[in-house]
Amino acid sequence: MRDALRRGIGTGLAVMLCLPVLAGLAGSLLPAFGYLPALGGTELTLGHFEELATQPHILRSAMISLAAGLTSTLLALVVVATFVAGFAGTRPFAFIKHLLSPLLAVPHAASAFAIALLIAPSGFLLRLVSPELTGFLRPPDWLIPNDPLGLSMISGLVGKEIPFLLLVMLAALPQLPLANARRLMSALGYGRVPGFVVALWPLLYRQIRLPVFAVLVYSSSVVDVAMILGPRLPPTLPVRVAQWLADDDVGARFLASAGAVLQLALSLFAIVTWIGVERLGRLCHRRLSSSGKRLSDDGLLRLAAAAITALSAAFIFAGLGLLALWSIAGLWPFPDSLPASLTLRVWGRALAELAGPLATTVTIGLLSSLVALAIAIGLLSRSANNSADRWLPVFLPLLVPEIAFVFGLQVLTVVAGLSPSIATVAAMHLVFVLPYVLLSLAPPWRALDRRYEQIASGLGKSRFKILLTIRLPMLLRACLTAFAVGFAVSVSLYLPTVLIGAGRVTTITTEAVALSSGGDRRVIGVYALLQALLPFLGFLVASLVPQLLFRHRRAMRI
Amino acid sequence: MQTPGKTTPLTLSDVTIRLGDRALLSISATVMPGDVLTIMGPSGSGKSTLLAYIGGFLDPAFVASGAVLLGPDDLIGTPPQQRHTGILFQDPLLFPHLSVGGNIVFAIPEAIKSRDIRRRLAEDALAAVGLGGFFDRDPETLSGGQKARVALQRVLLSEPRLLLLDEPFSKLDMALRQQTRELVFAKARSAGLPTILVTHDRADAVAAGGVLIHIGAETQA
Repeated sequence: MRDALRRGIGTGLAVMLCLPVLAGLAGSLLPAFGYLPALGGTELTLGHFEELATQPHILRSAMISLAAGLTSTLLALVVVATFVAGFAGTRPFAFIKHLLSPLLAVPHAASAFAIALLIAPSGFLLRLVSPELTGFLRPPDWLIPNDPLGLSMISGLVGKEIPFLLLVMLAALPQLPLANARRLMSALGYGRVPGFVVALWPLLYRQIRLPVFAVLVYSSSVVDVAMILGPRLPPTLPVRVAQWLADDDVGARFLASAGAVLQLALSLFAIVTWIGVERLGRLCHRRLSSSGKRLSDDGLLRLAAAAITALSAAFIFAGLGLLALWSIAGLWPFPDSLPASLTLRVWGRALAELAGPLATTVTIGLLSSLVALAIAIGLLSRSANNSADRWLPVFLPLLVPEIAFVFGLQVLTVVAGLSPSIATVAAMHLVFVLPYVLLSLAPPWRALDRRYEQIASGLGKSRFKILLTIRLPMLLRACLTAFAVGFAVSVSLYLPTVLIGAGRVTTITTEAVALSSGGDRRVIGVYALLQALLPFLGFLVASLVPQLLFRHRRAMRI
Repeated sequence: MQTPGKTTPLTLSDVTIRLGDRALLSISATVMPGDVLTIMGPSGSGKSTLLAYIGGFLDPAFVASGAVLLGPDDLIGTPPQQRHTGILFQDPLLFPHLSVGGNIVFAIPEAIKSRDIRRRLAEDALAAVGLGGFFDRDPETLSGGQKARVALQRVLLSEPRLLLLDEPFSKLDMALRQQTRELVFAKARSAGLPTILVTHDRADAVAAGGVLIHIGAETQA
């Protein structure tokens, strides 16, 4: 009886968590087929798809998105996998891990700006070698970033996916018999990388498959990075859909809707293709495993993987430094490597304009993370066995292209007569923040020694009291970290903010991305730097508060 | 604090624990107030699981049946927090976010409202085991033996109705083990608590001095 009730609640919860995505998809699908009574669409028609097909270069836009998604995911996965295979459990591994983890908090837009400032024809890298090596006295006429093949965009995506995939693999590693397998494979004469790949890769991949899909869907449907680094003529499909959405002509809504459906199909196709890649990979793995090839001399391979991993981090860090430098640069003509003078003029001017969006960003971030944390604690404390698949619905928003369902939700808010406000945007953010908060909190939640609660229960304390007085204080650091993760996610959200905020709720992120076309580098520097700093502040607070609260409790400080 | 008159015998009748279709153990026994029932068996024999069943936190992987009665009260049908089963594990498991005294104050029944009285009770309890003046200390700064004593006093001040000991001495060194063992049994006896001890140290069983039950096949690998 109690089990049935519990299962009932579980199902209800699952439906509730799926609801935003399902409702959003419905809200995108119906207008695509002409049904949107609020805008006078009452007849079902395929006309909007026909209109979509006649858009100039629409196929190219779609193919670039697809290619960028698949390529960047594959590249990042291969690099991280080789790095983990070569180094997991060693000292350099720990070092690079520490180098990369803060990058996870850097919003996509900020890191895209950072990369743009490095690789542009008038960017830092070319300035370093000009005019001495190149002879350039003025920036060359290269189409970088925004190259038509999307290579800049792919590099930007890879740079952000590497730390994410590394962290995901790190979380899965403890469940693998790493040390034993290493000893066995090296005794058999295998090199470190092939030994790992043969013995452990299938086990590891099985555990990270869902996050890999999330990366694939994200990178094939990303808007902000594509706006900053992606091709312009034509832009990628998601960017074009976002543009149609922003169009004042309400008729463009139907077109955007059809575009969102195309995006959904495209991301689905990316996943299907990826499953094909997995098949191929399995075949190669079987070949390698049965060939007996030891490839014991894999030093170069390992070195390359470590170098790319470390370089990708160094690249983004350097770019962030560059953002800071640009924000205070006075005159800085090409090809000078450093600005001729420094000034706080831009900061002074920008801060006045920024105060509003900054406050909005922080409010929405705090609100959505707080609610997400409460929900996550609720979910974790009521499920005894805590298996991750039970929360699959929570992760659904990460497996469906943002633009395909957020747009639908926007339609629904309009239909429901909700005007854009901090509350509606925060509610939208919650859908994306919750899965990350849950992912962050679940491992430490499960790791806490259950005997503490058993003792407290034996001391006569109720479950609720134990949660409040034992579990939550002991997990304070983990809770604050999960909160900071949620805050970082919220700060970095672009598309959901733009769509639900509808121009009336502006955050530091929407402002920064809006600057991407033709914005002043100094102003971009200020905005992108602040955008990158906010999540760091969150993590700083998350690490300082427990340090302070538990300064007299040695076991609570780690 | 605990008065012997309040305590009643603990009865296990046909308590059976299974893992899948394998029966781990089956026990019937009565433990009088102040007596210790010792259960010995190799690891994996289900002896800790028995304690989990009595305490009310059985892992769902196990299936258990049988009655656990405390006097006339059926424990199994009672929510865990109302069973008042004092537990001592191998590790002292002092709550690391509380002070030494805070750990004990936490255990004092909520019926005692006055903060001053709660604090004084805790201070007295610490002094009674040679830890006077340790109230504000960080548990992490205590030695293994000191932690074990705090854990014991924490359990006793919660006014338990029975005591479950899950190899609580196995991590202490020889001299300390002897000392702590005597202290625990003496306290349990003077509080009149029916006690169940699971261990694989024969010396524990001898010191406990009560009924000894062997479970599991010792010869199994």
